[in-house]
Amino acid sequence: MVPVNYYITLSAILFSIGALGVLIRRNPLVIFMSVELMLNSANLAFVTFARMHESLNGQIFVFFIMAVAAAEVAVGLALIVQIFKTKHSINVDEMSSLKG
Amino acid sequence: MFLSESTITGFFFLAPWLVFAPVVGLLINLVFGHRFSEKAVGAVASLASGTAFVVSVLLAYSVAANHGELVRWRLAEWIHIGTLNLDWTFRVDSLSTTMMLVVSGVGTLIHIYAIGYMHEDVRFKNDVGRFRRFFVFLNLFIAAMMILVSGDSYMMLFVGWEGVGLCSFLLIGFWFEMDTLARPSWANSNAAKKAFIVNRVGDFGFLMAGFLMFWNLGSFQFDAVFKAAPALAETNPGLIVAITLFMLVGVAGKSAQFPLYVWLPDAMAGPTPVSALIHAATMVTAGVYLVTRSAPLYTLVPQAQFIVVMTGAVTALFAATIAVGQYDIKKVLAYSTISQLGFMVAAVGMGAYVAGMFHLITHAFFKALLFLSAGSVILGLERGHHHLAHAHHDEKHGKGVKTKHDDHHEEVFDPGDMRNMGGLRKTMPVTFWLYIIGTLALAGIFPFAGFWSKDEILLDAAKLYPQVYWLLAIAAFFTAFYMGRQIWMVFFGEARHEAAAHAEESPKIITIPLMVLAALSILGGALNLPYVHTLGAWLEHTVEIVEHEAPIAPWLEQSFGGLNIYVALISTVAALLAILISWLIYGRKPLKTGQIDPLKKPLSFIFTGMENKWFVDEIYQTIIINPFVKISQFLADVIDWRFWHDWFHETVIAGTYNWISETALNRYADQKGIDAFANGLGSVTQNISATMRKVQNGFVRSYALSVLLGVVIILGYLLFK
Amino acid sequence: MSVDFILFLVLALAAIATALGMLFSQNTVYSALFLVLNFATVAVFYLLLSAPFIAMSQISVYAGAIMVLFLFVIMLLGANQLKPLQGLPWQRPLAFLLALVLIAESVYLLVFRGQPQGQIPVGNETFGSPQAVGEVLFSQYLLPFEITSIVLLVAMVSAIVLSKKEKGERA
Repeated sequence: MVPVNYYITLSAILFSIGALGVLIRRNPLVIFMSVELMLNSANLAFVTFARMHESLNGQIFVFFIMAVAAAEVAVGLALIVQIFKTKHSINVDEMSSLKG
Repeated sequence: MFLSESTITGFFFLAPWLVFAPVVGLLINLVFGHRFSEKAVGAVASLASGTAFVVSVLLAYSVAANHGELVRWRLAEWIHIGTLNLDWTFRVDSLSTTMMLVVSGVGTLIHIYAIGYMHEDVRFKNDVGRFRRFFVFLNLFIAAMMILVSGDSYMMLFVGWEGVGLCSFLLIGFWFEMDTLARPSWANSNAAKKAFIVNRVGDFGFLMAGFLMFWNLGSFQFDAVFKAAPALAETNPGLIVAITLFMLVGVAGKSAQFPLYVWLPDAMAGPTPVSALIHAATMVTAGVYLVTRSAPLYTLVPQAQFIVVMTGAVTALFAATIAVGQYDIKKVLAYSTISQLGFMVAAVGMGAYVAGMFHLITHAFFKALLFLSAGSVILGLERGHHHLAHAHHDEKHGKGVKTKHDDHHEEVFDPGDMRNMGGLRKTMPVTFWLYIIGTLALAGIFPFAGFWSKDEILLDAAKLYPQVYWLLAIAAFFTAFYMGRQIWMVFFGEARHEAAAHAEESPKIITIPLMVLAALSILGGALNLPYVHTLGAWLEHTVEIVEHEAPIAPWLEQSFGGLNIYVALISTVAALLAILISWLIYGRKPLKTGQIDPLKKPLSFIFTGMENKWFVDEIYQTIIINPFVKISQFLADVIDWRFWHDWFHETVIAGTYNWISETALNRYADQKGIDAFANGLGSVTQNISATMRKVQNGFVRSYALSVLLGVVIILGYLLFK
Repeated sequence: MSVDFILFLVLALAAIATALGMLFSQNTVYSALFLVLNFATVAVFYLLLSAPFIAMSQISVYAGAIMVLFLFVIMLLGANQLKPLQGLPWQRPLAFLLALVLIAESVYLLVFRGQPQGQIPVGNETFGSPQAVGEVLFSQYLLPFEITSIVLLVAMVSAIVLSKKEKGERA
């Protein structure tokens, strides 16, 4: 059997890649997708622990995470579309009117 | 009222009324006087003084009934602090009752006289409303003098002492806004101030004596002091000398001895009743009374006694010489008073207390008589002058016509100047005879009162201090001379001024009291006749007469019950000789108007000195007053104004204060300090925020980066914990 | 070397590769597709971890719904190439560095500092089955379930509201 640590490590790596994506990419859609990646890695960790402790709580939580992620994506994408309508550009760097 | 220590029969309980009767009188006049008529005001005051006289008589009777025993009647507690115990106690013994009788008796007569005198005086000076004030002050004086003579301790005596000094000031300066000729001037108020200030110098001496007394003998009360004094004289006689000599300073101030006599001639600026009462009969005798009262102290220190005697003798002669050259009728009498006081002080200094007190009493009689008669003369001249002015006015403007200056005497006329008088014997006969009686008594002609008292002094002086005897004898010679001069100049010859020619006799209210005084001047000698010595026996109850032990010259040993024929002969002959000489100079060829004094040419500079009172006042002015004024001006202008005010207050204090608030506090502390700090805080915050603002660059990437950075750091912390 | 391990290794590499691909791909559509692949591998992982229901919902919700939504929007916005980087040049290298540090830290923490985990025990067959999950879901977690449905409702409403045209506004 695969030790739990391996799954955890994988989850950490995927999370970091997602974080990197949020930082590096300037396309808001890709940033959003990186966020989904991070959520996904968390899900993986949850399921791993659920399996380890023989408890379904982890899986239930993953279920809820998925539901909320879906809602979030819907709203977020709607926002991005509205921004695009206004700014006619999808460069995150250009959305800097809140600078001090 | 507290009871005295012993229950003795007598009227001693009346003692407080000596003081309270005049006080009641003055209060009635003060509160209700403006509603009374002049007669009523005068009556109230005279009754008050008369009541005091009646009480004095009763007290004297009570003392006599008690065989001269002392009675102390305590009225109230005054000061009780530590070892100092002062009470208001009335001391009723033969000495104090003698003084009480003189003061209240002569005082009452003068009150009655003053009713008539002031009635005319306030009209001559155009201030009728001031009549009441005079009697209020007179009663106040009687009250204060009573406190003085009835006091049982030196402090109570001093209360009265100060009181009479105050009344003297008030009464000398009665017409404070004018001079003696009723012109607006500072002269009268200056005279009053001079009296008060010179008296103050005397008071200083008295106080020093009092302090020494209390510090070393533990009390002010007479009996306690006299009991403790001998012990102190054994251990430290210098202290007793100091006490007695300081007291002598007080005596010199109050009784006008050299060198503090200068106020008395100036005090003649007051109305004549004042001169008579205060400056002849009563207040000035307070010093003599003090020495007599302090006899136990003086007998312990013969050195101090000698100084007292010399002071009195020198004063007697000095003042007598000045009197020769005076032209004002009252000034002559003033210097005469100083001279006679010198006699008294010399007497009590010698230890001849009976002689001194005897002369005090007789002097009160005839000097009051002389002063009041002089007042009558002055009024007579004023009346004459007044009528003259009216006559001239009527001539010029017609009878009965009023003009603007109706009451105004246009020319300056001095009614007291003897050079304006002359021939008053015819126009004022009553006054003339009264004056003659007074003069003879003063000159010491047998059998008038002055003969007996002055002779006793001269005899005692001859026995104890021969050189003093000669001084006093020469003074007596001068006394007779200047009095004779006065008589010839005033009453004989022709009138040298129209006013004198038209002078009128005074009303009865003025002359009746004078007649009483004249009778006393004639008969006063009976108080202490040789062999009988009534007064001597009376006073012996209180004052110990110390018998003289030193050898006496043989011609003095013969005495008829206290009278030595040689002394009496010498003094009588000298007096008559003096009167004769004065007649030769002033009486045979009476002075004409404007003629200078006949003595001026023969005596030249001596007479000038006499005329100008030996320039004593001028010396005082130069040595004391002018430097004093200069110092005061220096202190006021330089020290007080320029130094303190201009420099210290303005520059130092105000300047410092202003500097502190302007520069230190405002500019440095406030502006540069606090404001800078507050503003600095603001600008620092601004700078920091301006720098920190750059974090908000608007790039989401950088925000996300900082989040991740935070996560990494926290993880790292957890890692290395 | 058991079959499980090899399988895990291959799948792990696939997951990482597709993640990196999503990250570095210039074409947005490619990124989305890479992500779909990633989701698929993760779903297989769920299967390996006895979570069949979760695996199926992963495929249907994530890969099927969410990514489709993404692709719709990508098409809507146009997969243009973005302009080169303007400003903050220091941010990229720093980001890389931080990501590496994060990996290192989290691996260290989770693996060496965590309690010894050991092997995954052998579970029973009904663990993670839809029946089991449903039992727990509708009994113990009923309230969160209902709330989640409200959340989804709100999301729908908000999406509609956000993309509504204002009066007089031009598209």
